[in-house]
Amino acid sequence: MPDFVPHTREDMDRMLKFLGLNSTDELFASIPAAIRLAGGLDLESGLSEADVAVELATIGAANLATGTGGTGLVCFAGGGAYDHEVPAVTRALAGRSEFVTAYTPYQPEVAQGVLEALFEYQTFISRISGLPISNSSLYDGSAALVEAVNLAVAETGSSRVLVSTGIHPRWRSVLATFAKGTGHQIEAVRLIDGVTDWASVTGNQAGCVVVGYPNYVGAIESLASARSLADRLGALLVVCQDPVSAGLLKSPGTGGADVVVGEAQAFGTSLSFGGPYLGFLACAERLVRRLPGRLVGETVDLTGKRSYVTTLRAREQDIRRERASSNVCTNETLMAVTAAIQLGWLGTAGIREIAIAGARAANYARKRFAEIPEIQFATAAPMFREFTLRLPIAASETIDLLLEEGYLAGIALKEGYEGTDLEETLLLAFTERRTKEEIDHFVAAVRKVAVR
Amino acid sequence: MTQPILRPGAGRASSAPLVGNESEPTLFEFSSPGRRAFSLRTTAIPALRADELIPAEHLRPDALELAEVSERDLVGHFTRLAHRQYSVDLGAYPLGSCTMKYNPKSCDEAAALRSFASVHPTTPVHAVQGWLQVLVELEEALCKITGMAAATLQPAAGAAGELTGLLLMRAYHEARGDNRTRVIIPDSAHGTNPASVTLGGYEVTTVGSDGRGFVNVDQLKGALGPDVAGIMLTNPNTLGLFEEDIVEVARLVHEVGGLLYYDGANLNPILGVVRPGDMGFDIVHMNLHKTFATPHGGGGPGAGPVAVSPRLADYLPGPRPVRDRSGSVGFSLELPPHSIGRVHSYYGNALVLLRAWTYIRLNGADGLRRVADMAVLNANWLRERLRGVYDFPYDRPVMHECVISVSTLKRTTGMRALDVAKRLLEFGFHSPTVYFPLIVDEALMIEPTETESPETIAALADALIDIAREAEREHAQGTQLTSSHAPTSTPVQRVDEARAARRLVSTYDARH
Repeated sequence: MPDFVPHTREDMDRMLKFLGLNSTDELFASIPAAIRLAGGLDLESGLSEADVAVELATIGAANLATGTGGTGLVCFAGGGAYDHEVPAVTRALAGRSEFVTAYTPYQPEVAQGVLEALFEYQTFISRISGLPISNSSLYDGSAALVEAVNLAVAETGSSRVLVSTGIHPRWRSVLATFAKGTGHQIEAVRLIDGVTDWASVTGNQAGCVVVGYPNYVGAIESLASARSLADRLGALLVVCQDPVSAGLLKSPGTGGADVVVGEAQAFGTSLSFGGPYLGFLACAERLVRRLPGRLVGETVDLTGKRSYVTTLRAREQDIRRERASSNVCTNETLMAVTAAIQLGWLGTAGIREIAIAGARAANYARKRFAEIPEIQFATAAPMFREFTLRLPIAASETIDLLLEEGYLAGIALKEGYEGTDLEETLLLAFTERRTKEEIDHFVAAVRKVAVR
Repeated sequence: MTQPILRPGAGRASSAPLVGNESEPTLFEFSSPGRRAFSLRTTAIPALRADELIPAEHLRPDALELAEVSERDLVGHFTRLAHRQYSVDLGAYPLGSCTMKYNPKSCDEAAALRSFASVHPTTPVHAVQGWLQVLVELEEALCKITGMAAATLQPAAGAAGELTGLLLMRAYHEARGDNRTRVIIPDSAHGTNPASVTLGGYEVTTVGSDGRGFVNVDQLKGALGPDVAGIMLTNPNTLGLFEEDIVEVARLVHEVGGLLYYDGANLNPILGVVRPGDMGFDIVHMNLHKTFATPHGGGGPGAGPVAVSPRLADYLPGPRPVRDRSGSVGFSLELPPHSIGRVHSYYGNALVLLRAWTYIRLNGADGLRRVADMAVLNANWLRERLRGVYDFPYDRPVMHECVISVSTLKRTTGMRALDVAKRLLEFGFHSPTVYFPLIVDEALMIEPTETESPETIAALADALIDIAREAEREHAQGTQLTSSHAPTSTPVQRVDEARAARRLVSTYDARH
C-alpha cells in the first residue's frame, strides 16, 4: 500500500521520546479503555495504487457512460444535468492543484487566486440572471432553491410557498424534506399543457412564488404572469433558470425575478453521476443582507492595491450561529471557478452559440418525431431545448430498450408527476453536442422500439 | 534556528511562501471585441434563426456579454491567478478543524475516469452497477469506521449532513409521538451546529465547558429534560481534547430520551482507535473532504455522509443504493420505510465519494490507523515545542490539533492572534484557524495533520517561536511590531475588509 504519512520508524521513536512516551497507544490515554476499539478496523488491508486502478477499471466497466461515436451512450437526457462540451483548456485550468487543494479563502493575502476567480464567477452569474448580486455558489440546483425559499420566507414573513409543478421534481422533493424543519407550507401548482396554471391559486398572501424558466418539461413560461401573481400575494418571485438559455432568452432579472437560482453544471462540469454540481443564486440589491453563502467583494490592501475578500460576513453561520440565515459553509467553489473558466472560453459568442445549437437540435428532432403518427408531443408550449413525448409504450421501458441501442434516451417522468397527463412521458434534452446524424438514428431507434 | 530534535541526515522542511506581487486584471479587462476561444462539434443541423425557433417575445434584445478572450489569454490569466493562491500542494496548511492533509493524486485520477465521470445520474440502475457498488462499499466502510448500522451519502457537505441528522432526529421523535423542542450544543461547537439546529426547527440550548475543557456535566444535567431532542457534540472537541466523560454524557442524554449527534469534523485522530457508535452516538456525520483526503477545492465541493444507529436506519434519506436482495442485479435502490426524503437531487457528490472510496481502499485498516497515530503525534509534538512561548489553556495532551493562546504576548507586546497568523504567511505556512473556539482568548487552533513531516512541523514551530521572539524584541526596542502589519511579501497585503462591506462591489459591473 502507498504511504501518505512521511514518518519513518526513527522519526516516530524520536518524537515519542520527546513527549516521554513509549508507544503511539499512549497518545490515546485520554480515551476510556472500555470504549476503545479492540482489534482494529474491520476493513481489508491497503492496496497499491496500481492494484486499486485495476479494481476501479473492472468496477467502472459495469457502468454505461455517455459518449459519442460508439464510445458510449449518446445522451438525450437532461433535466438539470446536461452533456455539454468541456474543452481541454477548462479541464487543464480547473484541474490546477492551486485551485483543487486550497481551503476556503480565510486568509485573503494568500487566496487572491480563488477570490478573483469567484469575483468573475459572480459577475458572469449576475449577467446571466439579470440581477446585480450573486453569491459564490451553493451545493446544487436543489440546494439553491431551498436557500431561495428560506430567503423569501424570511423577507416576507409568510411561510406559504407556491411552487410550480414545472420545477425539477427532485428539487421539489428536496424542498419538501427541508420544509419539515422550517415548517414552510409548500403548495404545488399544476401545469396545463406544460405551463403553470397560476390562475388556480387562491388566497391573498404568500411568501414566494417559484417558476421554472424554461421549466423542467421544456416550456418557456411567461414570467409576467408569475410576477403579477407574486405582486398580488405580496410574495417574492423566485425563478429557476436554465443558465444556458440566457444565451438566447430574456434574463429573468428583466422579467421581474427577485431571486434567480439554478444548476450551472452545464458550464464545465462533467455529468459526474449527479455531483458535485453547481448551485447558483442571484438576488436583487435590496436582498443582499439575506443572501445565503459566501460573497466575494472588491477592496484594497494597505498599499491601496486592488484586492478581493469574502464580505458581509456577518450574515454567516460562524458569526451569527443560531441566528444565521443559512448553515452553508463548504460550498462548491471549485465548480464555480470551473464555470468562470468555461464561460471565459465560451465568451459572448459562445454562450449564444451553445444556446442556439441546443434549440436548433431540439427543433430538428421535434420535426423528425412529428413525422411519426404514433408519437405525440406531451405539450405544445414554446420550448427552448427540451420537450416531452408520449409514446405507445411507457417511457421507462423505452429508455431500457434504447440502452441496448446505444442511447440514453431521456428521462421518464414519474416522481413528481404521479397522476398527471405527463406521467410516463419521455423528457428529451439537446445540447450543442448532438449532431443531425445522431438525431436521425435516434428517432429511428425510438420508432423501432416504441412503435410496434 | 537549530533543530536538535530532528535526526541527523533529516531532509529539509517542505513548505514555501507564495510569490507574485502584480495585480492581476479580471478576465473582463482582457476582453477585445470579436476575440474568441471556443469551438464546437460540426452537427449538420439546419442553422435556423433564433426567431424561427423561439417566439420573438421571449428572445433577448441584446447579446449576453461575457468576455471575449483567446484561449491563450484564458490560460495566462488563470495560471497567474493560480500563482496567487496558497494550497496544500504548495505547503503546510495547519488550519485547525479543517484537516488539510495531502490529497493523493490517484484519487483525482479515479474521479477523472470516464466510466465514472461521464455517467448521467438518471441512467437506469442496471446500467450503473459499478457506481452503485462504489457507493454501497463506501457506505459499508464508513459504517465500520464509525460503528454505525447504515448511512446516507447524499449530503453534499458537513453542514448539509448536520441538517440531515437533525431531520432524522425530528422524524425519530415524531414517529414516537414525542414533541421535543430543544437541542443542546456546547459553547465550543462549530458555528454550523447552531445554524443547523435552527433550520431543523429546534431551539438551541448552550452548555458551558468545565475547567478541563470538557462539556460541563453539571450544567448538562441542569439543561436536560423531556423536551430535549438531542445533543450535538464534536469529539475530540474543538480544543483538540477527547471528551473523557462521553460515556456519562451519553447515558444522561439517553436517559431523558434524547439522541446523540456526532459532528465528524474531527474524526481524523480516532480512525481505528475508537468509534462514535461505541461512545454512544446515534447519528454521525463525516466530512470526507477532511478525514478522507478529498481535496477541498478552495471552499468545496465536500461530502457529508450521515451514519446512524439501527433505530434510525428506517428514516434515512432515499432512495439509497443497497445490495439487491432479489438476485437479478447486484445493486439496486431502496426507499427506507420512513424515509425523510431526498436531501440531494441525486446520489450526493458522487465524484467526491469515489475519491474517498479510493483513499480508504489505498490505506486499508492499517493505513487508516497510522493516519490517526501520526496526526495525534504531530499535534502533540508541535504543541510541546511551543510550550513556554505561547499560553496553553486547558493544558492536557491533545488529539489532532492544539489550541494555543496569544493572551500573554498580547498583554506584554500588543501582538494579537491575528498578527501571528498573518506573519506566519511570510514563513511559508498557511495560518492556523484564529479566534476559535470562542471559549479561548486570542486563540490559534493548529492542526498539522499526519501528512506533514517532522521537519516541516519543526519548521512551523520555529516560525511560531521566531514570531513571538520578534515581537518581544521589537516591543523592548520600542519599534513597531513587524507582525502588526504583516504580511508584506504576499501577493497582496492586509486587505480593508470594512471597505469591502461598506461599499459593496461584488461584480465587475458594480465597479463603475
